Amino acid sequence: MTDATEIHQILQELLQGQRLAVLATVAAEEPRRPYTNLIAFTATADLKEVLFATPRATRKFADLTATPHVSLLVDNRSHRETDFGEAAAVTVLGTASELLEPERERYQAIYLAKHPYLRDFVTAPTCALIRVRVEKYILVTRFQEVHEVVPAS
Amino acid sequence: MSLVLHLDEVGARHRHLAGGKGYALAVLQRHGIPVPPTLIVTTRAYEEFVAATGLRGRILLELRRKSFQEMRWEEIWDLALRLRHLFHTTPLPPDLAARLRQELAPHLPERSVVRSSAPGEDSRQTSFAGLHASFANVAGLEAVLEHLKLVWASLWSDAALLYRRELGLDVRKSAMAVLIQEMVVGDRSGVAFGQNPQDPAQAVVEAVYGLNQGLVDGTVEPDRWLLDRATGQILAYRTAPKGEVLLPGKEGVRLAELAPAQRQEPPLNEAEVLQIYRLVRRCEEIFGAPQDVEWTFKGGQLVALQSRPISTPPPEGEGDQRPWYLSLRRSFGNLKALRRKVEEELLPAMNREAEVLAAKPLKKLDEAALKEEVISRSRSYRRWKKVCWDDFIPLAHGVRLFGQIYNDAVKPRDPYEFLDLLGAAGMLALRRNRLLMEMAARVREQPELLEEVRRGQVRDPELQPLWRTFMEEFGDLACGSSTCGLSSETLASLLEEMAHRSIQAERFDPRKVEDLQGQFLSRFSGEKRVEMAQYLELARASYRLRDDDNLYLGKIAAQFLRALEEYRRRGGELRELPADVQELGGELTATPAKGPGAVGVTGLGRLKARQLIGQPASPGLARGSARVVLTADELFQFRAGEVLVCDALDPSMTLVVPLAAGIVERRGGMLIHGSIIAREYGIPCVTGVPRATRLIHTGDPLTVDGYLGIVILG
Repeated sequence: MTDATEIHQILQELLQGQRLAVLATVAAEEPRRPYTNLIAFTATADLKEVLFATPRATRKFADLTATPHVSLLVDNRSHRETDFGEAAAVTVLGTASELLEPERERYQAIYLAKHPYLRDFVTAPTCALIRVRVEKYILVTRFQEVHEVVPAS
Repeated sequence: MSLVLHLDEVGARHRHLAGGKGYALAVLQRHGIPVPPTLIVTTRAYEEFVAATGLRGRILLELRRKSFQEMRWEEIWDLALRLRHLFHTTPLPPDLAARLRQELAPHLPERSVVRSSAPGEDSRQTSFAGLHASFANVAGLEAVLEHLKLVWASLWSDAALLYRRELGLDVRKSAMAVLIQEMVVGDRSGVAFGQNPQDPAQAVVEAVYGLNQGLVDGTVEPDRWLLDRATGQILAYRTAPKGEVLLPGKEGVRLAELAPAQRQEPPLNEAEVLQIYRLVRRCEEIFGAPQDVEWTFKGGQLVALQSRPISTPPPEGEGDQRPWYLSLRRSFGNLKALRRKVEEELLPAMNREAEVLAAKPLKKLDEAALKEEVISRSRSYRRWKKVCWDDFIPLAHGVRLFGQIYNDAVKPRDPYEFLDLLGAAGMLALRRNRLLMEMAARVREQPELLEEVRRGQVRDPELQPLWRTFMEEFGDLACGSSTCGLSSETLASLLEEMAHRSIQAERFDPRKVEDLQGQFLSRFSGEKRVEMAQYLELARASYRLRDDDNLYLGKIAAQFLRALEEYRRRGGELRELPADVQELGGELTATPAKGPGAVGVTGLGRLKARQLIGQPASPGLARGSARVVLTADELFQFRAGEVLVCDALDPSMTLVVPLAAGIVERRGGMLIHGSIIAREYGIPCVTGVPRATRLIHTGDPLTVDGYLGIVILG
């Protein structure tokens, strides 16, 4: 059993510590199957928002513009058999939207603090910064122990 | 790369590969001390086995199901049983097996002792005895390979898991080397300590006739000499009653009668005692620390079987019950004697005491006498509780011993198949439920009879005898730790519920039990078969007694609570009773805490459990509405088709089990009451779910997966 403090800590470690996540969107075009992407993400300090950047011409941008309900998977697997007992994974359910000025500047600073090497990418005029407002975290530890956290509004 | 080392190849750089015992034997041999011819299967073979078979990942999954801090010792035993089963049922990969065969075959002794040799075992802190397995008198290459796996498995034995921190046990790093020694059939054997753990100025020599396994596992009591550590002068000699001797059997070892002439004779003369003393001091010189040496005399030659630093079990912290737990591992002979004591003396005495107490008219006692009665009954409860710890719990080891034997012989898919053979059907709790169901059947025919039950005056000629028997035998037994008070009213509503719903019948099937029994015994023949039948018989008795004792103790508890209630009814103050009596009253009537399921997470939000892990205690899949039961009221509100969620299912709660779709319990273990009863009724059950009663609420939709040991909420 993982207790509340431990859960908070694991969430923090995953969301602040990991650099990459799998983003799932619903395809804008038929057949509207789930579409997954590897993205560089960060989360705000209160863990209520998740940020990532994407060129506007991409399929994922089109997808989330059509259907803003997205999910992300963040995990700390090491691709070894020990993962089955030791890795933790969190599924983030939320609603995505593009950040526009004047808000964008503040969020861009948060994003670049974690990914300074992506400055040129993020600041390109064709790149959108996306915010996902988190509705629910679903955390899996010990292979099959599952907890749900709903951020306070 | 070679998987097997010969003693004369072992140098300092092989210390890890050869393990503590293997390395020590190589050193002894180099110093000219006679040791048995020994092959060492290095830690590399273990590592290859767990990597190639995926076992390493499976061990990790098992260990990670639950944090050790939250495990009861029963759960640790279960864990060790499952791990051992994994090793036992996972075949050696063909390539590994072929290489082992090739390297072992040319040098394999006709009869071997297969011994553990864990790396680090030669250090003083981690050498304490009894952690890992050894097997004597193993014949043939294939049998040696089978036992190799069992010795590997003992790296994860319950004792090793208990001391995992001290041992630095780690799935990624820990490994085990195994010694294949020629079986030296000595006529006298024993152990010697270069320094007496109780008195540093002394050395100790212990000896028995025959093989020393009898001494090591406690089956045969040794003669004992205390010597002056500095001079070797004998200071004291204690003879032991000598009747039995451990000898090699066709396979393994067997206990036999000692020849009459030897019964009066010490196994060693003084010169031999001195010779052993010199050996143990010589070993100390070689290794630079006092040694614990196993030795044997064969045809006049003294052979050292192993040498290791004198074990110093880690210091016991306050409340460290691990030494007590380790003391539970008892020999067959010891358990047989314990069974007699429990069955013939303790349980009848406990039952008698409960009856005497029940017959005493409390109402006639004056105030002072009543107060005395409350105090005396609390002492009685505590005394019996201690008997539970000292005698009843150790007896449960009979089941464990049998489980291991059964799994070794049958290799079933389900490591708990042996439980089905033990026949919970004879248990008191099931007898009580059978009475209830018969009563419910009558009520189904004539619903108006419920009124008679409700009034406590049953006249119906069919119902009355059942009702009377039930009240006489079990009327006070609804009184457990937190669920006291089976009133006529509640009995009636329970019967009503049982009469109206289809409920689980026991799945006890005598034919299936017979089949399993036949299957098991057919693997043995001759004397061994007789012995195995005895093990089964002991296991059955300890299984039954271990559960019934709860009910008997419940009767004593009920009598204490009855007196306490009378005392309070007359206005007696709790605080005028001795502190320990007040405490016991609180303990027996306390309701386990129920907490919020949504535990707030600091600065984040609402937390809810969605899927919890426990132990699969009874297979099957159930879905139903949760009923969290902590009090008697909640117990009797139970409705058919609900999932029973409780802290610890005690026998007083078994009443509603036939109504339950599934069972979820905080307390863990396969031999606890909840698991036994659930298996008996074929109800899916998951035990060992930490904080189950806090995270699950009455009314929550629940899925109980008794195959995987998980509980899904919502």
